[in-house]
Amino acid sequence: MTDKMENWLKLITQQRVRGEGTSGHWLRVPASSEELRNIVQILCGDIHWAFAGIVPERDDAGDGFHLLYVFYSDNGVLVGIEVHNHEQSIPTISDILFAADWQEREMEDLFNLSFKGHPQLGNFVLHDEQWPEGLAPMARDIIHILGNEKAAAETVTPQIVKASGSFVMTVGPIFSGSEESIQFFLETVGEEIIFAHIRPFYKYRAIEKLLEGKSFTVALLLAERINGHAAFAHAWALAQALERLSDLPISARAQRLRVFWAEFERIRLHVRTLARILESTGLSVPANLMHALEEDLLQLGAIYGGHRYLFGLLRLGGLSRDWSASDLEGICARVDETVSKCEMLIKNLTFDNSFLDRLESVGMLTKQLALDHGLVGPVARASGLQRDLRKWQTYGAYRHLKFDVPTQNEGDGYARFRQLFDEILQSAGLMKQIPQDFSNVDAVSRSATFRSGMAFGAVEGPNGAIFYNVGIRPDGTVKSCRIITPGLVNWHAFPDAIRHFTFQDFPIILATFGLSVADLDR
Amino acid sequence: MLWSRKGMKTSLTLKDESPNQGISPGRPRATKVHSASLLKLCPTGALVEKDNWIRVDEARCIRCQLCRQHTPPMEWDEDFHWAKLNTHRFPHAFRHSLHIRVIDAGNCGACLNEIHQLSSPVYSFHRFGISITPTPREADVLMVVGPVTIAMKTALEEAYEAMPTPKRVLAVGACALSGGLFASSFSVVGPVSNVIPVDVEISGCPPPPLAILDGLRQVMGVRLASDRER
Repeated sequence: MTDKMENWLKLITQQRVRGEGTSGHWLRVPASSEELRNIVQILCGDIHWAFAGIVPERDDAGDGFHLLYVFYSDNGVLVGIEVHNHEQSIPTISDILFAADWQEREMEDLFNLSFKGHPQLGNFVLHDEQWPEGLAPMARDIIHILGNEKAAAETVTPQIVKASGSFVMTVGPIFSGSEESIQFFLETVGEEIIFAHIRPFYKYRAIEKLLEGKSFTVALLLAERINGHAAFAHAWALAQALERLSDLPISARAQRLRVFWAEFERIRLHVRTLARILESTGLSVPANLMHALEEDLLQLGAIYGGHRYLFGLLRLGGLSRDWSASDLEGICARVDETVSKCEMLIKNLTFDNSFLDRLESVGMLTKQLALDHGLVGPVARASGLQRDLRKWQTYGAYRHLKFDVPTQNEGDGYARFRQLFDEILQSAGLMKQIPQDFSNVDAVSRSATFRSGMAFGAVEGPNGAIFYNVGIRPDGTVKSCRIITPGLVNWHAFPDAIRHFTFQDFPIILATFGLSVADLDR
Repeated sequence: MLWSRKGMKTSLTLKDESPNQGISPGRPRATKVHSASLLKLCPTGALVEKDNWIRVDEARCIRCQLCRQHTPPMEWDEDFHWAKLNTHRFPHAFRHSLHIRVIDAGNCGACLNEIHQLSSPVYSFHRFGISITPTPREADVLMVVGPVTIAMKTALEEAYEAMPTPKRVLAVGACALSGGLFASSFSVVGPVSNVIPVDVEISGCPPPPLAILDGLRQVMGVRLASDRER
């Protein structure tokens, strides 16, 4: 390692220790390909750092790309390791940092960037059955080629196990019931799942490409529709990035109201995930009651937020509506009612052996596995990783509010189940702090002027960390956008969580992860 | 016996004073306004001007409420009878019970969740004899959500072929009807009608459960297409 690199490392470590980071402004560390592997090795062994993802940026000259490997620390420091693609190939870091595996595959498919040493590139985002190799849609301005035109390639079923009697069970892309489209290959010799493979991106809508050239108003609407269940969190992450490049002052009141609705959304999605877990274990009475509680929250969102999924609520510079303190207290009271009903359901279930048997020590993810996959959100916290952007990279009004980040140690399905409810209680507590000491500034958004540049937005969504890196033109249209979602990170760990469990555990483990496919596919 | 095996006496039903509150986000209504800026405001081009009236293309509208918050605003309906029946073939074939096969062709999760909510005690579509079936071979109705992505096109065609006739296709949500905000994406084929014939259109983003139920009831011939369709 060169002296220059060691100085950088010293600098970022000192910054982390002293807590000098200013959220959203990252420290750029230019590195050569070899230095990249060294620095990643050091950062990924440190519990205080987490890997956010790979962000490609267009070079100032020419039409090449350079990559930013983004790491964030537990007290606000954000580091982008900048690597230029001079040799047309960058060494893979997925052997050191397993979490980078899918992101490198994604870069290869979308930008035609090659990663030396990665064992499995291609046929990821753009399925070989529909798309020619080397299309690189994100690196082009206009895409002439439409899919489905060349002769369809055969779907290759991955198979590692060669024992006699072994076979691969294919599940999906169309599931039973009303599930999202994704495909699994489960390798087995009968009952036990020995290996599992995921084939995502059946629902690839190319939202990052679609955002290019869109005005900020439309961009916010698109961000909401990446994952309908976390619409507010996605819109907030994008707005956070855009607001850094605009002259818009965001009132303290608007900041507090954003926390209010973000926590409301977290409660609603966690109630839904709890309902799905109960459904997967076959307990239809509590599952239906829990779904009814979710419907209560959906209606509450529609009455006060104007939309059942809070679409269109967040606008640049504020929110599209305003509420009186008594309105907010009324919402808190109804949320409390829902949470206490939810608590009653869960208290009763903790004495139900047939329910506990299906969740306890099922779908184990050890703390080490969670670290290797760089997990985020409730799934990470259920495995003992205390990662939460609200604390790690604090934003909005969270720095003034009191809340805890609960964690569990076991990392099994039951830990994830309890984790969800613990987070519901914390969120309800956060919502109750909002109506107090309210200044009367209008929360409604206004028009804005922008300076061109790149900005970063990071929000802890209900399922985990959401990152937006947005480039913007002076007229307020989006130049480029990279979105890293909790789905992209957490789905990667799912095959490890179902290994050595049986087929009937599969839907239960899937439900305890509570992940959205739309979030992963984008 | 545990109470969770017996059920809870609390009934969780629609509890607000106004029956429509919270059930439906509403939709814009044709409005007599002179405002060119209103037309430009619409992100999906759903507002069309004709004889000094601004009309709404239901299939394109994503209920983003930008036109509702504009001055002068578009008028807003709070109803949920949003479904439109396009076909008159086999009018009596679906009078008894309905089996639905749901296909996610690229939706964001909201439409799918609204369909899932139909089976919760609040809406309980089972009381009308409607249920979700895992296989298209047993399905009367194919319910498609989301703009059809290129990777899902083949799967959608195969599911449609596998269904016995007579069959109905419901396109649920703005994405399935027009592609919505995703219409111009290079990886999207476009509306469901580009792939398979659509019999019932349910607009909205997402359509609330009662609007979807309205579509299913029209398939069953229980509710006739009313004069509300504009």
